[in-house]
Amino acid sequence: MKYTPPWWLLGITAAVLAAFPLIGQAFYVELLAKVMIFAIFAMSLQLLAGVAGLVSLGHAAWFGIAAYTLVMMAPKVDPANLWLTLPAAVGVAAVASFVVGLFVLRTRGIYFIMVTLAFAQMFYFVFHDTSLGGGSDGVYLNFKPEARIGGHLLFDLGNPVHFFYVTLVAMAMVFVLLAAIRRSPFGHALDGMRANERRMRALGFPVMRYQLAAFTLAGALAGLAGYLAACQFGFVNPELLAWHESGNVLLMVILGGLGQLHGAIIGAFAFALLQEGFSTVTKHWQLPMGAVIVALVLFLPGGLSSLAARLRGKKS
Amino acid sequence: MDPVTFLIQSLNGLQYGLLLFLVASGLTLVFGIMGVVNLAHGSFYMIGAYLAFSLASLTGNFFIALALGLVASVVLGLLLEWALFSRLYHRDHLDQVLLTYGLILIFEELRSLAVGDDVHSVPVPAFLSSSIKLTDTLSYPVYRLFMSGVCIVLALIMYVVIQRTRLGMRVRAGTSNRDMAEGLGVDIRLLFRFVFAFGVALAAFAGMLAAPVSSVFPGMGSQVLILCFVVVVIGGIGSVWGALLAALLIGFTDTFGKVLFPDYAGLSVYVLMAAILLWRPAGLFGRAT
Repeated sequence: MKYTPPWWLLGITAAVLAAFPLIGQAFYVELLAKVMIFAIFAMSLQLLAGVAGLVSLGHAAWFGIAAYTLVMMAPKVDPANLWLTLPAAVGVAAVASFVVGLFVLRTRGIYFIMVTLAFAQMFYFVFHDTSLGGGSDGVYLNFKPEARIGGHLLFDLGNPVHFFYVTLVAMAMVFVLLAAIRRSPFGHALDGMRANERRMRALGFPVMRYQLAAFTLAGALAGLAGYLAACQFGFVNPELLAWHESGNVLLMVILGGLGQLHGAIIGAFAFALLQEGFSTVTKHWQLPMGAVIVALVLFLPGGLSSLAARLRGKKS
Repeated sequence: MDPVTFLIQSLNGLQYGLLLFLVASGLTLVFGIMGVVNLAHGSFYMIGAYLAFSLASLTGNFFIALALGLVASVVLGLLLEWALFSRLYHRDHLDQVLLTYGLILIFEELRSLAVGDDVHSVPVPAFLSSSIKLTDTLSYPVYRLFMSGVCIVLALIMYVVIQRTRLGMRVRAGTSNRDMAEGLGVDIRLLFRFVFAFGVALAAFAGMLAAPVSSVFPGMGSQVLILCFVVVVIGGIGSVWGALLAALLIGFTDTFGKVLFPDYAGLSVYVLMAAILLWRPAGLFGRAT
């Protein structure tokens, strides 16, 4: 089941992506950056759902919280300092997911799905009903953050090409980090807990602490994606935390293949491709999307990354 | 708060809680018996409300619309169980989440294609449209009392069916041990099909009842779905009585939350849920696993 793509394939993928802004039109550069943001988001959920076996339907909460943190910290008339706002946004998302993790990890299975959804909805209402973040209208981010070293401008996220490369590097770093975690004792312990939690507990593993660590890390990485998304969109509103976002990111993970790190990236690309494709045909693009999802569950339970193995006639 | 306002808010809380119970009981039964997470359950509520809207404007009579809508929702439930849900029983929760999420998208778009994205109101039937005068300035609409009454009657019918009939015995047997019930000769497939259709019909009926009060609008399904999840989490999976208690708790919490802390009204229900999770992770009536 576990399959890691060879490094040369990953290298070629990264090289193709890196070369893209040199040849692609501005529109596609921005679209691709958006897809890579969602790939980061999907990988963070992959850690939780695919590795730790904790299917969260409230993952958009951390994404949205980090996005709001950036916008609320950003000065109105100057670009925000990336060195300050990025750690803060990721940190707030991590703290929020840690606290919520203390509650939701008391539950399992169906309960976990419902409770994560309900907590995410709670955060949605925090931003929707209170004046904390501009209410239901949301807030604009007037100036994109920039990174300076000793007064010298390193990069400016307001520049789409800079933004593209920063996102690409972030995606690659998250991939490497999560791949390393999967190979670490921590990752193996999470694998074990997904397969048989009771046995892991009997072996003396502090299951709750491991899962809380995974939940917090996944929240922090989702926060990274949310930070980048706020930079790209230039505004935040409560819809970033809405449960449709949580549903979509879960869909990307499953579309690509549960438990496969590269599957999350494939899933994010496939989802964006389907969405763009359907929405050029009809404004009711969710109808064919829904049909694809239903067909996927019925006919291709292993996701797209199992397709290659199936075509080769191997057991997936 | 003066006594009359308190009475009105209590009646509102009761009515809201009972309505929530109608929707959530279908969800908890389907969970409890079939082990299926159904995200599309809120869509059935939405479909019910839109059925009430289109059938009432078509036939001109709210009660004919109710009857026709009920039949349509049972048929929808039977069809969905046969075509899709029956394939999900032995699958992972994740597959169930995904498939029913896909169904939500399909239902929402079909609704958008058929009726559009506007907010519509459904007229209250004429003989229920009056209000009972409580003081010079305050009154209570009869239709809301009617809703509460219908919900109570339905809850009683459910109680009798589940506790006192052979069918109910099979349902209870299926909830506590599916394989054992099957081994003892209960036709589980047929039972599942009807319980599912019943759950769909309950949700749709609640939507139809609510349509004159809440009006019909596109996001109504997901709003109700999430509240139903909270009900099930608080009450405990598979427990109809837990769902009743939890739904009433939420009805009162939400109604009085809106009166007492209007700025944080949306949050009160979730705070309640968090508190109950700390106290009893499996819900009030849930079996600890």
